[in-house]
This record gives sequence, structure tokens and C-alpha cells, in this order.
Amino acid sequence: MYSSLKSKNPSVYYFLQVLLYTTLLAGSLIMLLPFAWMLSSSFKAQKDVFNFPIEWIPGEIHPENYKTIWTQIPLVRYFSNTIKLTAIITVIQLLTSSFAAYAFAKLEFKGRNQLFLLYIMTIAIPWQVYMVPQYIMMSKFGLTNSHLGLILMHTFTAFGVFLIRQFYMGIPNDLLEAARIDGLSEYGIWAKIMLPLSKPAIATLCITSFVNEWNDFMGPLIYLSDDKLKTLQLGLRLFIGQFSADYQLIMAASIISLIPVFIMFISVQKYFVEGVATTGMKG
Amino acid sequence: MSKTNTVSAAPKKVNYARRKNLVAYSFILPNFIGFVCLTLIPIAFSFVLSVCEWDAGNASAVTFVGLNNFKKMISDSTFLISIKNTAYYSIGVVPCTLALSLLLAMLMNCNLKGRTFFRAVIFFPYVASLVAVAVVWNALFHPDSGPVNQLLTALGVQNPPRWAASTVWAMPTLILLSIWKNVGYYTVVYLAALQGIPRELREAATIDGANAFQRFKSITWPMVTPTTFFVTIMLTIYTFKVFDIMYITTQGGPGRSTNVLVYHIYNKAFISLQFGYASTLSIVLFAIVLVITLLQFRVEKKFTSYL
Repeated sequence: MYSSLKSKNPSVYYFLQVLLYTTLLAGSLIMLLPFAWMLSSSFKAQKDVFNFPIEWIPGEIHPENYKTIWTQIPLVRYFSNTIKLTAIITVIQLLTSSFAAYAFAKLEFKGRNQLFLLYIMTIAIPWQVYMVPQYIMMSKFGLTNSHLGLILMHTFTAFGVFLIRQFYMGIPNDLLEAARIDGLSEYGIWAKIMLPLSKPAIATLCITSFVNEWNDFMGPLIYLSDDKLKTLQLGLRLFIGQFSADYQLIMAASIISLIPVFIMFISVQKYFVEGVATTGMKG
Repeated sequence: MSKTNTVSAAPKKVNYARRKNLVAYSFILPNFIGFVCLTLIPIAFSFVLSVCEWDAGNASAVTFVGLNNFKKMISDSTFLISIKNTAYYSIGVVPCTLALSLLLAMLMNCNLKGRTFFRAVIFFPYVASLVAVAVVWNALFHPDSGPVNQLLTALGVQNPPRWAASTVWAMPTLILLSIWKNVGYYTVVYLAALQGIPRELREAATIDGANAFQRFKSITWPMVTPTTFFVTIMLTIYTFKVFDIMYITTQGGPGRSTNVLVYHIYNKAFISLQFGYASTLSIVLFAIVLVITLLQFRVEKKFTSYL
């Protein structure tokens, strides 16, 4: 419709184009400026953080802020805890979800529909509804204040099963029949056909799980009281509480905590967007 | 094995079906055990706990109290305030996020260069950690020295709002932060829906002489109605289970002005250790989510009957 307008009424067309780009650029600025300010403040001296008008490029540059924070908080430990949790949860979730998803998508068995309905129904129930009894049960088994408790809590999600099942549904049954005739067991089909074919779904689940774990705050807040076990977000929050006036240090630590997600986001943006779009469409 | 060889064909078929079932169950089992123990049982358990009193986590002190917890709840002023605050937050966040994300998605669905760039920029706050994002917001909206208030003062505003430090402005500040952080996610959802609308529909309408508003009203809006329902449900549920933003920025304050339902549950369960009462509050959250979902499904049926 734009192209027809372009030939019919070029001045209106160009006006609309300018309006479109101006609006989107203004929107992008609103999204980006807080991050830009964060980055520039992280290089400032404490007294310059709140200078107004804002100095986007600081007069005195203090890169040593980035050195100081490593000595002020056990960032390395927080990082390694978060990486460990994220990696373990993502891998186990992927395996058990895709395993269950195969049965739900491609195998016929008694009670399949009822079981799947049960899974679907719990997706809509927020974790906050059952976090209290779950915590009590975990504490009975001595799993609170441990990484194992958090891992168990986040691994067996109905969402993962649902996401991969949706993808498996699209794989043609003929392919599986042929494999069965060739003598492949169901386990073999899962490992040799389904898993390799579902790389996009796996990538989507991995990224969703990575971002969720990396940014999770409430889970670690409730479960981890031992400082040795704390994750990056929790550590960052503590640091903010202790150094509330040292904005330049807080900003530097925040920037560091954002870098892994930022890199991941830039390099596989396609999967982020596809993940959102497919869950949105299917829902 | 030798036994199956001697029996007739019919039981063999039964055996085959049973074997098939067993294989399928073996696929589901690893996930299912975790799902039952960590999701289903806790959900059931929360109903049981909601009619019990259980303080300080002492197992022997569990006593059945019937509906006492519910009675206590009605006279719990913090609970009532938290419900009011949650509703306020929800009404502030849901319509604005919805409208803004639809608008952004429609703009990005135009013939546009650099769509991937704009999409990435608008989406990024959604994946950025809330703790880090809250740091900047707290500083930007710092009541005395923050750039926002310095700008407002420079523009001649006499007494700029004290944002997160004032009981009146704290919630609007958090609403603004939430919209800013989440709008990109829903923009992507809407963009996918818009790209699914056949081009011919709008082109035909243009040829028939429909203006931009008419095209929106009779084509775009009805075509994205299912997405609108999905987004509304997701957003509403999100606003009712919100916790992190309040905990990280205002700790429910100043006063009780940003104390929301889940924040109250958290306080009762993990600070005052009243597990029974906290479970009663959780049941309220469950009921709210259930009612919202059912209500929206019913309305959706009515409005999407043309599909």
C-alpha cells in the first residue's frame, strides 16, 4: 500500500516515512539511553556520576572502577555459581523434556491426552502459588540452601515439554515408521532422528533457560542463604545494598553482569525472537 | 519369553500393547517424577496448608484451623492493601504495554529498513537482568540528584515528583519501569501475528478506498484479536505474580505503597515463617489467576466467533 502511495502522492509518502523513522528512533533511544548512561557512569569518578547536563563521555575516565569491584565483592564466585547452575539446569531440562516430549508427540499409550492436559494446566499456574509448600518439602529433604534444590526446582518444567512437543508434532510420522521397519528402537529413533532434527527447538529452549537462570532472582533469594552459594543477581543486589552511594562501582558491576546475556543476545537474536513468536502463536 | 511363545495370538497382541505403553511411560518417567514431586504435590499441598496453622516451620505444630486463615485474611489490612496495590499495578501496566506493543509492532511491520536492528533494541531490556536495570532506574529517578529531576527542574518544574521515594509516585515509577522492560517482548509477539495477515487483505481494502483507520478497524484489529487475548492473559498473570521489581527497588515501601500480593506472601512465609497463612494467601493468587484465565477464555469465544 505504501508503494502505491509513493507514486500517487510522493510528498505524503516521504512525510510518513520520516514520521515512521523518527518515532522508531525515539523509541530506540528511550530503550538504549539508560544502558548508555550506565556504561558512561561506570567510568566516572563518584562525584561526577550525577553531573547535569549528563556527560555522556566522562571528563576524567576511571577504568580502575572495573578493577575495584573484583576486590570488593566475590564476583568470581558469583559468576561460577551462576554458570554452574545455568549449565546443569539447561542440560537436564533439555534431556528430560525432549524425552517426554517424544512420547507425547509420537507414541500412543493409555492416558496420553489426560497426562498432557495435566502438564498444560500447570503451565498457567504461577510458581508463586506453590513456592511455599515446595520450599517446605525441599527443606524436609535438606535441599534448601543448596544448589541441588534450585536445580531440581527449575529442571522439570512443563513449559520445556510443551515447547519441544510442539516442534516434534511437525516431524512426519512416515520418517519414524521407516526407521521402525529398519529395526530402530524407540530410544534409537529419539536419539538418531528426533534429537538431531529438533535443533531449532533445542536452541530456543536452551536460550530461554539460559536467560531465565541467569536473571533469576526470587529462586536464589529464597533458597540460598550461604554466601558461598549465592548467584550473580543475588550478589549484585547485596553489593548494591552495601555500596549504595558508590554509583560508579554499582554501574560497573551491573555492566559486567549484563555482558554474557548481551553477547548471547547479539549472536543468536534469531532464536530469541523465534522462541517468543512461536510460544506467542501457539498460546 | 518361553511363555509368550506358547500362548495364542490374542494375548500376544495384549502383550505388545503393554510393551508399547511401557516404552512410552519410560520416556515420560524422568520428567514426570520431577513434575509430580515438585509441581503437582506442592500445588495439592498448598490447598491442605491453607486450612492449617503452621508457624516457625515446626512440623509438630501443624494444626487444622478450618477457614480461620481466610477470616484472618479479611481483617489483615496489609493483605487488603496488597490486593489494591496489585490491581493498581495491573491496571497501570496491562493496557499501556498492550497498546504500545501493538503500535510498535504495526510501525515495524511497515516497509522498513533496519527492522532487525529496531527489534533487537526494543527487545533487549526484556532479557537484561532486573537487578542491573533497577540500578540505573533508581539512579535516573533519584529524587534529589537524578538526571530526570534535574531536567525537570531545569525546565522550570517547581517540585518535581520524588518518584520511588514518595508514597504517591512509587507505584507509577515501577509501572513505568515494567512497561519499559516488557514492551519489547509483546512487540515481537504482535509482530509475528501481523506478519501472518495476508497482504492481499489490506491491499484489497486500500483499492476499495478504505483509509488507514478503517483498515486498522476492520482488518488488522480483528485479525490480531487472538493474539490480543493471549497478550492480555500473559500480562495480567504477570502483573499479579510480580515480586522482583518491588523487592529490588522499593522493598514494598515507602510505607506499604508498593506492597503487592506476592510480596506479602513472601513476607509471611519466609520472614515471619507463617507457612499456613502464607499458603492461604497463595490460594488467593491461584483463584485470581484462575478467574482471569477462565473469564478471558469466555470473552475470547464471544469475540472470535468469526474465525
